[in-house]
Amino acid sequence: MLTALLLTLAGLGLLGLCAVPLSRARWGWMVVHGGALVASALFAGLGLAVLAGGALPAQALPLAIPGVAAQVAVDALSAWFLLILGLAGACASLFALAHARHAPPRLLAAYPLFLAGMALTLIAADGFTLVLGFEAMSLASWILIAAEHEDAAHRRAARLYLAFALFAGACLIPAMGLLGGAAGDVSFAAIRAAPPEGWVAAAVLGLVLAGAGSKAGLLPMMVWLPPYAAAPSHVAALMSGAMSKVALYVLARVLLDLSGPAQPLWWGVPLLVLGAASAVFGALRANLESDGKTLLACSTIENVGLIAVGLGLAACFRAADLGVLAGLAAGAALLHALNHALFKSLLFLGLGEVQHAAASRHLDRLGGLIHVMPVTAAAVLVGAAAAASLPPLSGFASEWLLLQALLAAWRVGDLAFQVLGVVAVAAVALAAALAAAAMLRMFGLIFLGRPRTPRAAGAQDGRLAARLALLLPAGLTVLFGLMPGPLLDLAAGAVQILAPQGVTERGSLAVLRVGDGGARYWPIGVALVLAVLGGAVWWLVRQRSPAGVARGPAWDGGFMAPPPHLPFGDPMTQPSATGFGQPLRRMLGGSLLAAHESVVMPRPGDPGPAHVTSGQMDPTETLLLAPVARLRDALAGWADRLRDLSLTACLILPFSTLVALLALTAWLEAR
Amino acid sequence: MSFGSTGYDVAHLLGGGVLLLSFVLLYQRRLDAVINAFAVQGALLAAAAAWQGYSQNNGELYVTAALAFAAKAVLIPLALRLLLRRLGLHRTMETALGVGPSLLAAAALVGLAVMVVLPATAGQAQALTRENLALALSVVMLGMLMMIARRNAVSQVIGLLSLENGLILAAVGVQGMPLVVELSTAALVLMLALVAGIVVFLLRDRMATLDTESLSRQRGEGEAP
Repeated sequence: MLTALLLTLAGLGLLGLCAVPLSRARWGWMVVHGGALVASALFAGLGLAVLAGGALPAQALPLAIPGVAAQVAVDALSAWFLLILGLAGACASLFALAHARHAPPRLLAAYPLFLAGMALTLIAADGFTLVLGFEAMSLASWILIAAEHEDAAHRRAARLYLAFALFAGACLIPAMGLLGGAAGDVSFAAIRAAPPEGWVAAAVLGLVLAGAGSKAGLLPMMVWLPPYAAAPSHVAALMSGAMSKVALYVLARVLLDLSGPAQPLWWGVPLLVLGAASAVFGALRANLESDGKTLLACSTIENVGLIAVGLGLAACFRAADLGVLAGLAAGAALLHALNHALFKSLLFLGLGEVQHAAASRHLDRLGGLIHVMPVTAAAVLVGAAAAASLPPLSGFASEWLLLQALLAAWRVGDLAFQVLGVVAVAAVALAAALAAAAMLRMFGLIFLGRPRTPRAAGAQDGRLAARLALLLPAGLTVLFGLMPGPLLDLAAGAVQILAPQGVTERGSLAVLRVGDGGARYWPIGVALVLAVLGGAVWWLVRQRSPAGVARGPAWDGGFMAPPPHLPFGDPMTQPSATGFGQPLRRMLGGSLLAAHESVVMPRPGDPGPAHVTSGQMDPTETLLLAPVARLRDALAGWADRLRDLSLTACLILPFSTLVALLALTAWLEAR
Repeated sequence: MSFGSTGYDVAHLLGGGVLLLSFVLLYQRRLDAVINAFAVQGALLAAAAAWQGYSQNNGELYVTAALAFAAKAVLIPLALRLLLRRLGLHRTMETALGVGPSLLAAAALVGLAVMVVLPATAGQAQALTRENLALALSVVMLGMLMMIARRNAVSQVIGLLSLENGLILAAVGVQGMPLVVELSTAALVLMLALVAGIVVFLLRDRMATLDTESLSRQRGEGEAP
């Protein structure tokens, strides 16, 4: 089975190499994306097979680099994330088959390599292969982000992304070196046998959190994340759905599996704190963005934060010998990773469909699309409801499990941790509520109301393949929402890797239990009750209005009637994206996002209009990027001074370096 | 071959003489004297190479010695003298670092070289080779010091050439060093010296001085005056 996996990887690599000559042919793009679709399906199938059957032992990579024992293996954790990658990749490839007809050759080449890099990261069984796959993934996705490099903003996004990719590599490589220890054996088996301790463990924790956390989108290294809306829709879906999960896999693998179960209680705290902060920050920012894809990217920050909270909580519970709770938290994190991969892919693809049809992804240029794009609207509604964690959809089940695990944080004896748990519960609940508001705002502004531009009025649903690409994740989101119990059973192997004593019977088809005597959730029952209630309301409404539906002119918010050249009404009379976000910006944005708002009135007697300016800034940009940029400028200035040295100084510089080195040698010899 | 035997003593004497001439180069105030000292250093270097060829019984080293004598002791000093006469230079020169401080720095550098080389090679090579290496490293560093301490372009060129003398001294002291290494080093340094000579001409033509400090005022894109 591992051979089949490796063959798939090799096939993807070959596809990447052949993409440029293939792109000359008219059917070349179809071959590339079809191949990616088949490979994704294979990934998902192999993941399922391993989850059901059992782990595949480590095996040396046939194309080994001299001096490095590169190994691959698939255990339950890898298999779970392979399943996620396969599902997200299949949806994205399907969408690409429908839309990416005129993709330039470099995108065709990078897309299979991106998939292959992610898969290689997931099946790696030693640090070297892991970093290799991770970097391949980063570089390939950089090419994909730089797709529309004619635009300066997109170029900036790609540059920022590349800088963060390099930063992640610069963090992960020393982390792997530290894990390898003095012997330098970075195979996972050797690392598990001698887990890091003391300052080495702390350094590994910091480096992996910075490296993989920046790729996943955890605070404060997520500056690059919102601009990746620049990528084509299927790539953005894959990055949000799969790549952030691969980074989380690295976090889980290194911090929870490789570092061993004997880590202290504080081991999970950084993950917990960063995750909770990211969740609130991302959800709040999603409420304020007016670019649809940027909004979704911010929502990704929130969901990644929730998953990180689950992982951190699992580490803490494990350290406190609360195995069952650790299993609960780990299961919640894994389940949410799967659910988020699907509904976020769905939302990105839905928004891609909207952008394709209505030529904009800006919320202020859309509106009323539910009438002209019913299929897309229904699919996006499912995704948005899942992202808003409404029962009985998939988002609810996993977030409910996560909150149950957080509510049990008081069972860890440490008082400080109990307080932290309370804060984390509040933060996660706030994040969930804010995410629901953000999804409501997104769906309302895009699909409800009246069209804000003629282009939005003339949109229509995509072709069959595009509809399939939306209906597949939508169907899976509903299905996974109805059966979280069987999914948790499927993930039992992966949970056991993260929390060795944590596997208990959590649920059957109908019911999901937290623990003995704890809370329960009947997803199918909830769905039935909601269906019955909805049917009853519909029936009642029909009964009360025997005349049937009559459409009247939309109320224009009290404004005067629009002129005849605006058949869909005056766009200014509808709420705008900024206006919708204003209450939250005023309430929370001031301190967290440096939101500002000012009104400039014309001078008395001047008939000109008053101007309202408002906006927000990412605080990480001023607190993190600006100092780094200043440091770079200062260093460049220093280096520049070297150019102006006189001839004698130029001679003195190497001479004194030589003398200093010789003195150092003499001093070392004397010791 | 150890302390007390004739081979050791003569090799030591010649190497020490080369180092001594480096000191002499450092405290000369007149260009004629610098050139003379450099010629004597070249002759001593040739003698050291020849002596090594005799004691190691290696014919190639005689070639090195002959080349060193011809180039370092005769041709280059003659060329420099011709250059000086052609340019009609005033024969004194100003130093960037005074004679006293530069001699002190030179003594410290020799100490440093000995402290580095002797322990690093302990037990790995013959006593003669070790001391030869220490002497050679000292000569190299004094050559660099001379390039720094002098502001006159001609004496900087001589510093560079005396640095190369140190390299040759190191090369001949080590058994089994192929001739091609010495030749290529010598060729490299001679090419550098050639370039430096051209720079001296241009400097004289354009700026009417040999003080290299005046170059730093002429940076940038503009034409030299």
